[in-house]
Amino acid sequence: MSKRIQVNDLNVFYSQFKAVEGVNMVIEPRSVTAFIGPSGCGKSTFLRTLNRMHEVIPGARVEGEVLVDGNDLYGPGVDPVLVRRQVGMVFQRPNPFPTMSIRDNVLAGVKLNNRRQSKSEQDDLVEKSLRGANLWNEVKDRLNLPGSGLSGGQQQRLCIARAIAVSPDVLLMDEPCSALDPISTLAIEDLIEELKTEYTIVIVTHNMQQASRVSEKTAFFNIAGTGQPGKLIEYADTAKIFSNPDVQATEDYVSGRFG
Amino acid sequence: MTTASPQRAALRAVRRPGDRIFSGTALGAGVVILLLLAAVAIFLITESLPAFTADPDEIGMLRGATFLEYVAPLVFGTLWAALLALIIAAPLAVGIALFISHFAPRRLAAVIGYVVDLLAALPSVVYGLWGATTFAPILQPFYVWLNENLGWIPLFEGPVSATGRTIATAALVLAVMILPIMTAICREVFLQAPRLHEEAALALGATRWEMIRMAVLPFARGGMVSAAMLALGRALGETMAVTMVLSASGVITFDLISSTNPTTIPANIALSFPEAYGEGVNVLIATGLILFIVTFAVNAIARYIVNRRAAFSGAN
Repeated sequence: MSKRIQVNDLNVFYSQFKAVEGVNMVIEPRSVTAFIGPSGCGKSTFLRTLNRMHEVIPGARVEGEVLVDGNDLYGPGVDPVLVRRQVGMVFQRPNPFPTMSIRDNVLAGVKLNNRRQSKSEQDDLVEKSLRGANLWNEVKDRLNLPGSGLSGGQQQRLCIARAIAVSPDVLLMDEPCSALDPISTLAIEDLIEELKTEYTIVIVTHNMQQASRVSEKTAFFNIAGTGQPGKLIEYADTAKIFSNPDVQATEDYVSGRFG
Repeated sequence: MTTASPQRAALRAVRRPGDRIFSGTALGAGVVILLLLAAVAIFLITESLPAFTADPDEIGMLRGATFLEYVAPLVFGTLWAALLALIIAAPLAVGIALFISHFAPRRLAAVIGYVVDLLAALPSVVYGLWGATTFAPILQPFYVWLNENLGWIPLFEGPVSATGRTIATAALVLAVMILPIMTAICREVFLQAPRLHEEAALALGATRWEMIRMAVLPFARGGMVSAAMLALGRALGETMAVTMVLSASGVITFDLISSTNPTTIPANIALSFPEAYGEGVNVLIATGLILFIVTFAVNAIARYIVNRRAAFSGAN
């Protein structure tokens, strides 16, 4: 189910303001790619263009191409709703639907596809997704209680279960651990390690140890100054980015000399 | 031990004047509303007692009936008119509010918001006049059509009113009157729906409408019920518009378009008060007490319904 993403000359605008400029990148299937860089450099904005979630913000638009297995996400007649069903997303703050039970949260995406499922099929999917998110043992006795009663780390894993329940091709994670404690963070990182055997994963993180732990490739984004567009400075194997990057700015950033 | 006790005394919370003033005014405001309510209840009860104790035959207004027989059609009419108004207004209000909060371009949304709020500023006499002189004649041919084509449904049984001043017209006018408050509250609640949950739904591949059904409406459930209750309160208590629109005869019937219509408690008080004397006044006040109790009961039921699913409300 995992797919290759190719980005060609991508610019992102918020009305007149150019937020991200000239990104070219190839993301291989069944790998974890990390985006690092200072706040406001456009890495979250760029991540959102990979499933057209930036369109939620009025005035946001894109120039360029994003090809998922050769199909342009921004081609004419492409429905953003269908794009998002292929490219799942996990957010910075855990956001299970508070009005739904744990079970209904996992099934939320599947029910959208209007697929008629028997109760036993649904039960199987709930168990498979929750096991996939390493949450099954903790919640199997309270599937009908509200998802908001879980801890932050459990809620985030519930969100991951919800995202993988629809079997997407790609999983985008926007700082998934920044609101979590170290133990929960570790649980999510272990989970990412397991998920990459099936999914293409792209993760935005401010935690450079996390980037070096979980990812095969790392992209460093930077911004020249306020009001300037963010740019992709360097994109290479994670080991290279953290040991001997080609660009001086990357080395300064990963070694903590600025940013 | 000698040093411990002064220290403990020093640790006691200091009561700052700002805190004290604030908690005093907040408590005062809370007490005032309770006192007001108690005063209304006491007035209604003491003034109603003669109506219950006196011999029904001596009160001209009752025309030989007991008080219960007198008030039953009024309670029915009040609830029936308010319920009809709510059924008409609720979907419309939710729709308008959703359009303003989630669909309309920002500038158009502001204009529509203004227009709806303006409806709330019209005095109810204006609604009454409009309903009786303009709206009712417009609706009358439509009622004839309903009667001819759907007459087998008891709601449209007829005989059709010649003036159009029926309970259906009254309910429509009431619906227009309660629309602004429902729309305004629903709009505010919809705007409060957490962006985080809206994005979660969209990222799962929800269309705009599916996102609203998953993230906005469940979150806004309590607020929507509150809006409906406030609107229902206004519909139950509305006097002038119903008095002017409805040609009332005080019967119990579900027929929406006939010339014999049930009337409401407030409209009945307004119509009967000029000719009431002696214990007749007490009878009217007693009907007011019944309205008070009915409104209270309706609100309590609504609160109960909302609280049953409090764990899933999204407030936690």
